[in-house]
Amino acid sequence: MNYVKLLVLSIVILFAAMGINFARDLAYQVHATLILFIAAGMFIWVLRRTDEPVVQVDSNGYMDGVVRAGVIATGFWGVVGFLVGVIIALQLAFPVLNLDWAQPFANFGRLRPLHTSAVIFAFGGNALIMSSFYIVQRTCGARLWGGNLSWFVFWGYNLFIVLAATGYLLGATQSKEYAEPEWYIDIWLTIVWVAFLVVFMGTIFTRRERHIYVANWFLLSFIVTVAMLHVVNNLSIPVSFWGSKSVQVFAGVQDAMTQWWYGHNAVGFFLTAGFLGMMYYFVPKQAGRPVFSYKLSIIHFWALIFLYIWAGPHHLHYTALPDWAATLGMVFSIILWMPSWGGMINGLMTLQGAWDKLRTDPIIRMMVVSLAFYGMSTFEGPMMSIRAVNSLSHYTDWTIGHVHSGALGWNGMITFGALYFLTPKLWGRTAMYSMSAINWHFWLATIGIVLYASSMWVSGIMEGLMWREVDAQGFLVNSFADTVTAKFPMYVVRALGGVMYLTGALIMVWNMWMTIRGGQKVAAPVGIPAE
Amino acid sequence: MTDKNQDIDQETGVETTGHDWDGIKELNNPLPRWWLWCFYLTIVWGIGYVIAYPAWPLVNGATAGLLGYSTRAEVATEIARFDDLNADLRTALAAADMTTLGEDQDLQRFAVAGGAAVFRANCSQCHGSGANGAKGYPNLLDDDWLWGGDIETIVYSIRHGIRNELDDDAHYSQMPAFGEILETEEISALVQHVRSLSGAEYDAGLAATGADLFLENCSDCHGETGLGDREQGAPNLADAIWLYGGDPATLEQTITYSRFGVMPPWGTRQVNAVAAYVHQLGGGE
Repeated sequence: MNYVKLLVLSIVILFAAMGINFARDLAYQVHATLILFIAAGMFIWVLRRTDEPVVQVDSNGYMDGVVRAGVIATGFWGVVGFLVGVIIALQLAFPVLNLDWAQPFANFGRLRPLHTSAVIFAFGGNALIMSSFYIVQRTCGARLWGGNLSWFVFWGYNLFIVLAATGYLLGATQSKEYAEPEWYIDIWLTIVWVAFLVVFMGTIFTRRERHIYVANWFLLSFIVTVAMLHVVNNLSIPVSFWGSKSVQVFAGVQDAMTQWWYGHNAVGFFLTAGFLGMMYYFVPKQAGRPVFSYKLSIIHFWALIFLYIWAGPHHLHYTALPDWAATLGMVFSIILWMPSWGGMINGLMTLQGAWDKLRTDPIIRMMVVSLAFYGMSTFEGPMMSIRAVNSLSHYTDWTIGHVHSGALGWNGMITFGALYFLTPKLWGRTAMYSMSAINWHFWLATIGIVLYASSMWVSGIMEGLMWREVDAQGFLVNSFADTVTAKFPMYVVRALGGVMYLTGALIMVWNMWMTIRGGQKVAAPVGIPAE
Repeated sequence: MTDKNQDIDQETGVETTGHDWDGIKELNNPLPRWWLWCFYLTIVWGIGYVIAYPAWPLVNGATAGLLGYSTRAEVATEIARFDDLNADLRTALAAADMTTLGEDQDLQRFAVAGGAAVFRANCSQCHGSGANGAKGYPNLLDDDWLWGGDIETIVYSIRHGIRNELDDDAHYSQMPAFGEILETEEISALVQHVRSLSGAEYDAGLAATGADLFLENCSDCHGETGLGDREQGAPNLADAIWLYGGDPATLEQTITYSRFGVMPPWGTRQVNAVAAYVHQLGGGE
């Protein structure tokens, strides 16, 4: 087996070396170098263990090493993503921060996809993968299937992130929002994602529970749909095998439609369905209460995944997209409102009989705020998809505010809650190192989100009204530069909100570090599946 | 599914489904009524909407909807409304004698408002949204004009542009790059003379040498006293208004390498309106 590995690694090293030599652009060359070093390191590592006695690992309990790594990666990428977010928020308020000496690498155009990918795919993605691995084991009463395949998923996914992020800085991009990585990075992610699906499905197939828990439905729908979205939206032909540039298979409005079918369902299945899976495990666990309604979870699950996939065209109102497609996108978005709220109701009502914990447990409080923001942004979304509302909100900061109330409020807060839940459990501690630090984090993050969202609402609606303002004879009243000037105070407030949110995350990482490092170990929890 | 199961949750008195995953149970609560009715309501509304508006793709095209709505028609209606409203004024402006525009108050107001809108969208990128210009882009508020500030010249400048390759009638002139003609010391001397023209601080010794060089090389276009020549778009050097900057380093650069500012041609559409707007900003002649 080791000889096969060595052979494969040698081939990778050979191709990476050729890649460095023949590279047509800097990004490709840097990536080939990176892969060369990783493959060489692995080669030496495998070689040293070849023909040595194999150390037997205990494979009876849950496989938590990879979850621990995921917890650390989530914290790390969260801080990176929020930091880049703060930097680009400040760049918008103070353009001089684009830094002449750091061009072209540090301009807004390259840092912006770095921010979105770091928070959605690095922070959110690691959170989803690690909590999938944790939840699927607990709720199936089974060890992760496939041995070290889950480690391949973890390292492979994080390699994808490093390749994507460095690619953006070096100028390699497909220019498709949330799908910026170029063709070879897309192919790598596809391989990793299939491995993720195999691990997850394998674990479900070997489960010792008769029924599959609702969290796993959501997580499975997230994994399957993201695979489909990723493959279809990234269909492209490389210009050269030795270069990063590729050309999309679809063109014009078909390409735009595919992109927003992907883009909206990245929100729907990555940031909604996936995180609902997390919610369905961590909220009842932290509250110590049963899920409110089994019926509601069935109905809202199927309604959500059926309706979400059609809602993409609402991103293309008043464009070359035909009216009929835009109408359907809008109608499905509005019917989606209640199915989205089903998750919020089920989460919040799970606290029935445990509302007093809101006073004493900051982790529960985070989860409740998370659900509240989830409810708010899943109301705001359908509203913004209405054609008339969209004609005001589209292309303005309102969209940015909407995205961030969802991302910071819902995804961020539920992830923080999950990290606070998992860290003591995974490292065998009784509780987090500091409860008051969690409290600080809670308030900093909550106030930060409120500042962020409200400043972007004001700025977005003002901007939209200024753009469309015409005098009695139909002439435009404002120039674009006038709107930019008018937005300045709101940009400063937004950056301040971002700084507060980042500070909260730094406190969390410190708290996690102290929890992991210090304290007495309690007996390792062993899962006992129900019969 | 819970017939055989009588596990009752103590806090709420609701029975559970009997499932248990890692300690998580599920209550068997019904769907909240208000939730269900809102869901039905959105579905009913959705059905109504797709009947009223274009929604169903067919082999060729799609259903038009009972209301016959389309986004393109909506925009076209809006544009037509203003077109009708302004039809008379537009015709009048297109045919107007620009020199006497001010005599018709309504037409003048219409022209300035329309010109301002075009300016904000198309000219402000270089000239600034307040028309105060920037380095290399003339300030349109003052009375220093490169090619002329009367209304007809402004119309011409906007219509044909400056030093572009798109319009054969564009204003055209080119100052030589004197770095290829004069020595570095000579250029330094010229700089001092040019500064002396507008009363800036200068080195008298160098300026004396520069004066001779100026007469020899520059006065054909800029005039012997540096007052410029609008026929050739040669800037007035004596008014202390600088397009690129009047400090010695910038002047040295300008003389050595020359400048070649370009403005695209705007064409005839609404050109009278833009000219009327620019003309009334402060410097119109």
